[in-house]
Amino acid sequence: MAQFLQYAFSGLTVGAVYALVALGFTLIYNASGVINFAQGEFVMLGGMVTVFATAAGVPLPLAALLAIAVAVLVGVALHLLAIEPAKGASAVTLIIITIGASILLRGLASIVFDKRFHALPAFIPGEAWRVGGASILPQSVLVLGGAAAVVVLLWVFMSRTLLGKAMIATAANRMAARLVGINTVWIICASFAVSAAIGAIGGILVTPITLTNYDVGTLLALKGFSAAMLGGMGNPLGAIVGGLVVGLLEAFGAGYISSAYKDAIAFLVILLVLFVMPNGLFGRAGVERV
Amino acid sequence: MNLLRKVFAVAVFVFASATVADAQIKIGAVLSVTGPASFLGDPEKRTLEIYAAEINKQGGINGQKLEVVIYDDGGDPNQARTFATRLIEEDKVDALLAGSTTATTMAIIPLAEEAKIPLINFAGAVVAADPKFKWNFKTPHTDLMACEKIFVDLQKRKLTKIAIISGTDAFGKSMRDQCMTVVKKYGIEVLHEETYGPRDSDMTPQLTNIKAKAGVQAVVNTGFGQGPAIVTRNYRQLGILVPLYQSHGVGSKQYIDLAGDAANGVRLPAAALLVATILPDSDPQKKIVVAYKTKYEADTKQPVSTFGGHMYDGFMIMIEAMKRAGGAKDKAKVRDEIEKTKNFIGTGGVVNMSPTDHLGLDLTAFKMLEIKNGNWTLAE
Repeated sequence: MAQFLQYAFSGLTVGAVYALVALGFTLIYNASGVINFAQGEFVMLGGMVTVFATAAGVPLPLAALLAIAVAVLVGVALHLLAIEPAKGASAVTLIIITIGASILLRGLASIVFDKRFHALPAFIPGEAWRVGGASILPQSVLVLGGAAAVVVLLWVFMSRTLLGKAMIATAANRMAARLVGINTVWIICASFAVSAAIGAIGGILVTPITLTNYDVGTLLALKGFSAAMLGGMGNPLGAIVGGLVVGLLEAFGAGYISSAYKDAIAFLVILLVLFVMPNGLFGRAGVERV
Repeated sequence: MNLLRKVFAVAVFVFASATVADAQIKIGAVLSVTGPASFLGDPEKRTLEIYAAEINKQGGINGQKLEVVIYDDGGDPNQARTFATRLIEEDKVDALLAGSTTATTMAIIPLAEEAKIPLINFAGAVVAADPKFKWNFKTPHTDLMACEKIFVDLQKRKLTKIAIISGTDAFGKSMRDQCMTVVKKYGIEVLHEETYGPRDSDMTPQLTNIKAKAGVQAVVNTGFGQGPAIVTRNYRQLGILVPLYQSHGVGSKQYIDLAGDAANGVRLPAAALLVATILPDSDPQKKIVVAYKTKYEADTKQPVSTFGGHMYDGFMIMIEAMKRAGGAKDKAKVRDEIEKTKNFIGTGGVVNMSPTDHLGLDLTAFKMLEIKNGNWTLAE
């Protein structure tokens, strides 16, 4: 039982970050139809900017805000400089553009920062808490709580603010949205900004546990993408559930079956689910828009 | 026209022989200065440049100036082979100090063997010191020695039942395999094994299994990079109380920075260079490692690493062998003199080469360290 709990804690913590990355994928996909593979780089920026800002003497809360601001700026720049000029292009072209952007961001980060791994001190210092024979770090609780807070805030933003509603409208039908006077370019730009902020928050929260360096984004983007697919691309709830499930699959796979194959186990389960439910757990059947 | 050509040929010949008469000793190096293994190749290159300049300032080798040609293979064995060929055939070097990684080294060794040129390499694995390669020698410690050092310490503490958690990268895997070959010799029983991927960010599931395994008296982590730092953090988080051993792969200050307080109490084998300043004055290596550390850090403004130290050792062994051989002309003699290296005190340990041992280090080359209050201390 203690072991089971421990695997669950481990899986949920890692899964929460996957969920945030998947949520970022979902937001941009909904608003623009682009699958943004530079999503992992936002997580990296969140962690790295915070690490370097605190090292330069900036207090942690300010450093975290700075990191989010940097990620948002990069997200907006990514949209304005790379996605928007290619707006007529096919989905595959746009995906390749985001992959290129992710490689560029990684390269820049390795020069601007460095190639070493970095850690942040835990935001809530102290020993791990013991729960039913398993232990959980206060920071892990913060990651889970932070992820939950992001989800709630995002829901409020989407359903209670004009900008959020405009985003939903753009996602539903871009042409119709434009006809009722929504500046869709602006809205898509905002979706990149919000995605970047979510990614950066994940990166900041998780760095004290998992460490960070200039290329942590690659793997996170892959895992986050799998999570989004598992949950059903375009469904925010699916993204969150998908992220947590991928995290849990890895932890239980490593614990109960074999640590050597934990990634393989997770991907195998995802593939099986997608065979049975091609649109993911919460996905709608794809409708071809003409 | 024909005459003119002949005159030109003669002139070229005279010029060429003039340069030959002004002979220098040429040492070629192929190192992984950039790329994934740059943490090895970069300090090696810097060390080579610093000490080659130093030798020339002191008047060279038996009065002959030393010239060093360095190529960067970027960590790619194919490139390493190409550059080694170029050094041998075009630059016509007298000796090679080449191979930052095991992969690049294994690509270079056959070339040196064929051309009959003495080679000292800087690879980690045991195969790179196999005396069946007559012209090849190596300076860095091996994984096997690190394992044995750990096992000796375990024996001393009467901890014989262990669990191993290893990284699935080349370093972690190779060291784990080497460890398994000597467990019997030291009466160690491996009760449980776990692995983790080089990019994993959470090892609590694996460590939970180790914690649940009854009878484990110590845990050994073979790995390199950030993985061992995360293992160490997770280890403390889970409250596992038995001693944790890390490998020489984490022998840098960065490990302590990343693992933080969790690193306290961890033991690991490491080269003397890492603890230069805290070595007792009676230690034969003290003078050498402090001198190298001081010079390297003053010249490069970077913290010293054991990898640059391996180059220092290889370079000095080569230079001394050339001095004893009366220059570098007779390559076979230089090779024989390298093999006769005895009681050479380097940064990696005291080197005693022989026809059956082209590494020449014993277990005293490693110091068993324990991390206390975020600093290295000697555990012996």
